[in-house]
Amino acid sequence: MTQNEWVLLLMIASSLVPGLMIFSLSEERVRLRTTLNVGGAVLKTGLVIWMLLGVYRQQTFELRLQLLPGLELALQADALSLLFVALSTALWLVTTIYAIGYLEGSPNRSRFFGFFSLCVTATVGVAMAGNLITFVLFYELLTLATYPLVVHRGTEAARRAGQTYLTYTIAGGALLLLGTVWLYTLTGTLEFIPRGFVASLGDEHHSALIMIFVLLIAGLGVKAALVPLHGWLPQAMVAPAPVSALLHAVAVVKAGAFGIVRVVYDVFGVEFAAELGVMQPLAWLASFTIIYGSLRALLQDDLKRRLAFSTVSQVSYIALGVAIAGPIATIGGVVHLVHQGLMKITLFFCAGNLAETLGIHKVSEMNGAGRRMPWTMAAFTIGAFGMIGLPPVAGFVSKWYLGLGALEAHQDWVLFVLVGSTLLNAAYFLPILHVAWFREAPESWPEERDYGRKETAWALLLPPLVTAAMALAAGLLAFAPFSPLEWAKVISPREFYQP
Amino acid sequence: MPAGSAVTGVSWGALLVLLPLTGAMVCFLWTRAARILGLSTVIAVCLAVAGLGWQLLQEGVYHHAAGGWGAPLGIELYADGLSLLMLIATAAVALAVSIYSTGYFKRARAIRFWPLWLILLAALNALFLSADIFNLYVTLELVGLAAAALTALGGGAAALRGAMRYLLASLLGSLSYLLGVALLYHSFGSVDIAMLAARMESSPTVWAALGLMSAGLIMKTALYPLHFWLPPAHSSAPAPVSAVLSGLVVKASFYLLLRLWLELFGSVSEGIDNMLGLLGSVAVLWGSVQALRQTRLKLLVAYSTVAQLGYLFLAFPLAASAMTAWNAAAYLVISHALAKAAMFLAAGNLMHFAGHDRIADLDRMVQRLPLTVFAFALAGVSIMGLPPSGGFIGKWLLLEAALTQGRWDLVAVVILGGLLAAGYVFKVLGSAFTQAAVPQRARRVPASMEWPALLLACAAIVLGLVTLPVFSLVTIGDAFGVDEVVP
Repeated sequence: MTQNEWVLLLMIASSLVPGLMIFSLSEERVRLRTTLNVGGAVLKTGLVIWMLLGVYRQQTFELRLQLLPGLELALQADALSLLFVALSTALWLVTTIYAIGYLEGSPNRSRFFGFFSLCVTATVGVAMAGNLITFVLFYELLTLATYPLVVHRGTEAARRAGQTYLTYTIAGGALLLLGTVWLYTLTGTLEFIPRGFVASLGDEHHSALIMIFVLLIAGLGVKAALVPLHGWLPQAMVAPAPVSALLHAVAVVKAGAFGIVRVVYDVFGVEFAAELGVMQPLAWLASFTIIYGSLRALLQDDLKRRLAFSTVSQVSYIALGVAIAGPIATIGGVVHLVHQGLMKITLFFCAGNLAETLGIHKVSEMNGAGRRMPWTMAAFTIGAFGMIGLPPVAGFVSKWYLGLGALEAHQDWVLFVLVGSTLLNAAYFLPILHVAWFREAPESWPEERDYGRKETAWALLLPPLVTAAMALAAGLLAFAPFSPLEWAKVISPREFYQP
Repeated sequence: MPAGSAVTGVSWGALLVLLPLTGAMVCFLWTRAARILGLSTVIAVCLAVAGLGWQLLQEGVYHHAAGGWGAPLGIELYADGLSLLMLIATAAVALAVSIYSTGYFKRARAIRFWPLWLILLAALNALFLSADIFNLYVTLELVGLAAAALTALGGGAAALRGAMRYLLASLLGSLSYLLGVALLYHSFGSVDIAMLAARMESSPTVWAALGLMSAGLIMKTALYPLHFWLPPAHSSAPAPVSAVLSGLVVKASFYLLLRLWLELFGSVSEGIDNMLGLLGSVAVLWGSVQALRQTRLKLLVAYSTVAQLGYLFLAFPLAASAMTAWNAAAYLVISHALAKAAMFLAAGNLMHFAGHDRIADLDRMVQRLPLTVFAFALAGVSIMGLPPSGGFIGKWLLLEAALTQGRWDLVAVVILGGLLAAGYVFKVLGSAFTQAAVPQRARRVPASMEWPALLLACAAIVLGLVTLPVFSLVTIGDAFGVDEVVP
């Protein structure tokens, strides 16, 4: 095996092996467990940097294993996969630290961290999948690995949420599988290549291809929470905060969104998909989801549920950017994969801090929270501004490129969606900021825990500050080399026909 | 003398039958050492399977005329890639079940279990090695009798009722098969499969024989609507016996049906294949829905077997124009053997631990018996057909064949069956995460009972990643009638 093949294998192993080892540890081995967790995360981060530099220098990373005659499992690292891999790996490291602080003293931590590591393994696999079958494999693995995290608390509510989660995701997985096999019987290959591999099929297959597209997008849309397939997401909020943060900012919803990006660009090819006439309906669906999610978020008093509906709305920017089918909108959609992750994880961390430190679960309980926990609320504010799309936070960059891209592709109606969604975002985030910073604090908090002079434990405070800083940096330094935006600009031209 | 001939010179096939038979007798006579003797016999059988595998890889198809008398007069043993695959799956399940049984059966029951179990193993091996339809009848009857006796081993009214029903269904099945054999012998004057195949033609007698033999075997394989005996028998038997019944015994009659179909009846039976496919589809859906409705764990797993057996019959209508379908069936047979055995062993552990198998009261088992629940979940992955697992490969190949031929009805069955399977597997897992309303008993489960279940389940998963060796094995002797298997 070559060096680069080892790197890919290690990428998988660096969370899989610690995860399996953690399962076998007893509850009390806190130090060893932490070492394994953080060690794996740091190793993975190093590998990602190695691969970033490698891909930057035009090296290829590929690892293959024969699955069936004529069908291989393939791991690869191209610019698009690295974008997602880098995001998951960085946020895994941060979330691990957060989870260690959050779950301190609670039962079944070995199980929690074991499955947590498996989730990251699956996410990295999804990101590095070199063909559709490998993608399906890790996509299903992700479903299985997240289920124990959703039901982690073992309550009746958790069990029901887990059931809903599975009903949606397993059904979605079945559609995805069906679409994949069908595609395979037509093309005989499933390898991801820029501008896709189905365009060469004759006209007589076009109706079948449209059906396959619908199946694949429906299967992926479940995890990407496209309306009407989003029902599991708000319910899954019973999970502990680090799970909500990682699942809803990175792992699960992004696996779906990333899958849509892959299918549109590297299976169908965006221009061929537009020719088939499937891009316009996808754009409408994404726009509807954006507005619908925001409207629902507006009505939620439970903070985590409000954030969940906000996720429903925000993730669809990615699908929208893809569906506009122009090079600039592509940049906006792809870069939002990273930007939304950074901002939303910050918000969920902060919500977790409020719940853990003050017992606040509802927006109506947040009066004066900013004075009691200024650092947490500062991070929350950055995240919220980013969601609204205020410069210089990262969210602005995404919306800017989406808007430009829509104009370039002569789809001016998208601007109304963007403006409407921005207003709605402001309508559900600004009141939170207002009550938290400008209202008087109540006499006592619902369930306050004492952390001495600090506002909360450092392991809880540091992660949101780091991710907020990253969200800010991604906006401020958008034109610096290796920024998400610059990376997205490398990806976009590969997917369009260059005359 | 070349180095390899020490291995290839031995008649491993004969050993595969003689070893467990002798073991059974010794266990019966020397009851005090039954456990250790039984286990060592099974280990020896595993080694013999390895030897036979080596021999097949070196020299191709295996023939052995017992006592020097070949067909048509004597008993001839025959093994190609398909037989070997079944023998390997049998050996793997047998080893795990035997290790499990050393912890499961205490003295009094152990001395009854081991001789019966070894006889069953001998009969299964003999069945997979037989090449004439009368010997196949004898082995089939032996398998049925030994299995029914083992079912009754649990004691109690439910077990006896289950065993009795099983025995009657099984006898009826073999009787029907025997009538078919008699008809064929009367028409063609031979019971050797190869000779019959050469003389086969379409005639009313052949049709009657085909109907009788198939009906008998279908009953023994518990295809809907002839499955009625399976759930009570498989759920009331002791855990290791359930594992063998669901994992291996029903596969034996399916294997036989497949063999007859491939070599004798395939050419003279238009229309039947669609009939089998239809019954299989109903079995998949009906069995899964029944499994989903159960409140007892072992019944749930037993109905899941009814559903999973249905999948095997989906291959018949597809195989006419895609040999991939046979590969799919072979893959589903062995991965279901491993996964379902693992599931029954895991269910046995949960029952041993808590003293009951009510699904709703699986009080936080995921903390209390993590290895067992993990084994159940992994086996569930294969049963649901999620990647990577043997079950996934089987379903992928089935779907591919069905889609290529535009059989959307079968596509829908495969997909729906997978969804329903996820429903019943996660019904169990969901309850294993939550706290039950009533306090539970807790009895220690020895490691010798937890690990076999987990290892079998892992094997079902690994099967999803080693398809090429399995396919190249199946091509030895070309059982599916293609020169090269090209899925």
